Amino acid sequence: MSRRPVFPVLLALMAGLVTLVGVPNSTKAKQVKHFDRSGNLVIEEKTAAEMIHLYSIKNRKPAESFPTPSPPFSEGIFPCSECHADMEPNLKRRQLEYMHTDIVLNHAEGQRWCLDCHNPNDRDKLRLVSGELIEFTESYRLCGQCHGDKYRDWKVGIHGKRTGYWNGDKQYLLCPSCHNPHDPKFKPLAPMPPPVRPDAAR
Amino acid sequence: MSDQKIQHDNAFKLTRRKAIKGLAAGFGALALPVSTASASVWEAFFQKNFREMSKEDLKNVLARLEKGYSEEYGKPIKVKVTPPIEGVKYGYGLDLSRCIGCRRCVYACVGENNQSRDPQIQWIRVVQLDKEKGTDLTEAEHYYNPKTVPEEGHSYMPIQCQQCENPPCTKVCPVQATWKEPDGIVVVDYNWCIGCRYCMAACPYGARHFNWSKPQVPAKEINPDTHYLGNRPRPIGVVEKCTFCIQRTREQPGRYPACEEICPVGARKFGNMLDPESEIRYLIENKRVFILKEDLNTQPKFFYFY
Repeated sequence: MSRRPVFPVLLALMAGLVTLVGVPNSTKAKQVKHFDRSGNLVIEEKTAAEMIHLYSIKNRKPAESFPTPSPPFSEGIFPCSECHADMEPNLKRRQLEYMHTDIVLNHAEGQRWCLDCHNPNDRDKLRLVSGELIEFTESYRLCGQCHGDKYRDWKVGIHGKRTGYWNGDKQYLLCPSCHNPHDPKFKPLAPMPPPVRPDAAR
Repeated sequence: MSDQKIQHDNAFKLTRRKAIKGLAAGFGALALPVSTASASVWEAFFQKNFREMSKEDLKNVLARLEKGYSEEYGKPIKVKVTPPIEGVKYGYGLDLSRCIGCRRCVYACVGENNQSRDPQIQWIRVVQLDKEKGTDLTEAEHYYNPKTVPEEGHSYMPIQCQQCENPPCTKVCPVQATWKEPDGIVVVDYNWCIGCRYCMAACPYGARHFNWSKPQVPAKEINPDTHYLGNRPRPIGVVEKCTFCIQRTREQPGRYPACEEICPVGARKFGNMLDPESEIRYLIENKRVFILKEDLNTQPKFFYFY
């Protein structure tokens, strides 16, 4: 019985691995792979310089904006600065006792509180984790920080509801139009009446 | 000469041929509505199949229908024959993980498409499924009525016409009163339908409905924006079905179907399957879609997904 020469092959493989991995900060072109919408693999060659450019937050392409209706504020609540402008921001994590007591946080409440999303110094803005301030009309960017899969679907019109025309102008609903941001689970609805049973119709 | 003999001589000689001729003429005359005879009745009687009508024919037919409906419901009712848009094939998506079974779509459809309130006709049926049993339609509950939906441990599945690319219903029609349009919508010519209900037997989705009596729609609830092949008021004894709201979707720009527009959870998606940028194309390419009763090779253009 002849045995295959396993050992030399292994050696050659290891040598190959070392040459591949072991060269630090390769300036060689790097392949960036992604799938396009039809499911085809697209491979792009990027130089190291281009890759550095790609990873820099400053060079990230600006967030897309979408036509959305005005946010569903409670009456008389916005602009927040009407009350908050003269108030000293209190950054201490606490239970609110005088105002906004109707808001019960039921949204990973153990891990966050008001000022994780609301901006302490300018209350009319929301605050991303990166520190960037955004308008309330762009709240989908805030939600999309955690719910990336939903954000991705929403951008292409799969998650959430679109109104308007199937081959014309569409309106996107904002996340808070359907989900209370402080208690986001969709609330149960009363169903419309069931159909008449055929035997009852007789 | 006996009385009997005289009677025999004067008697009308009825041959078989004469008898059959007479019978045919007699029955023919009976069938014509003499008492209510007007030009429109004659026109309706001799109206051609929708696909064989000339432009002139069509104009007259629409004028006659609009006049009749407007008189019946006491307000102007428009009947359109908007043709299909080129390069469009409609597709529908339904997100089963979103649907909560609230039946808003059922009643939006009834209102938009002038379905009979009594006897009740509903083009969309929502069934409740047991999550433990999966998508098993033999266990489906049609008449669920709890205080609020969704109920714990249940999922919901709306079923309507699947607008098959290979529709069994149009093949069995003995008079070709139903067919698939170039944009993929399966339609019925209510004036040509003879009410044999073969198509209902052929449809594996229970999506076709028969008008057992004159459809009753309150005049104040009637939708006056109608299409000849879609939501115009139907006569007694014809079959009707979902048309993806042909009166809305064929316009430029085209509105979404009424069921899509009402859905409170955004579970319903609609668009042009030939447009690579459309929502429906995205979900077919990227989501886990399935079609109902795939094994029958009806090739529905209605995609359920999770």
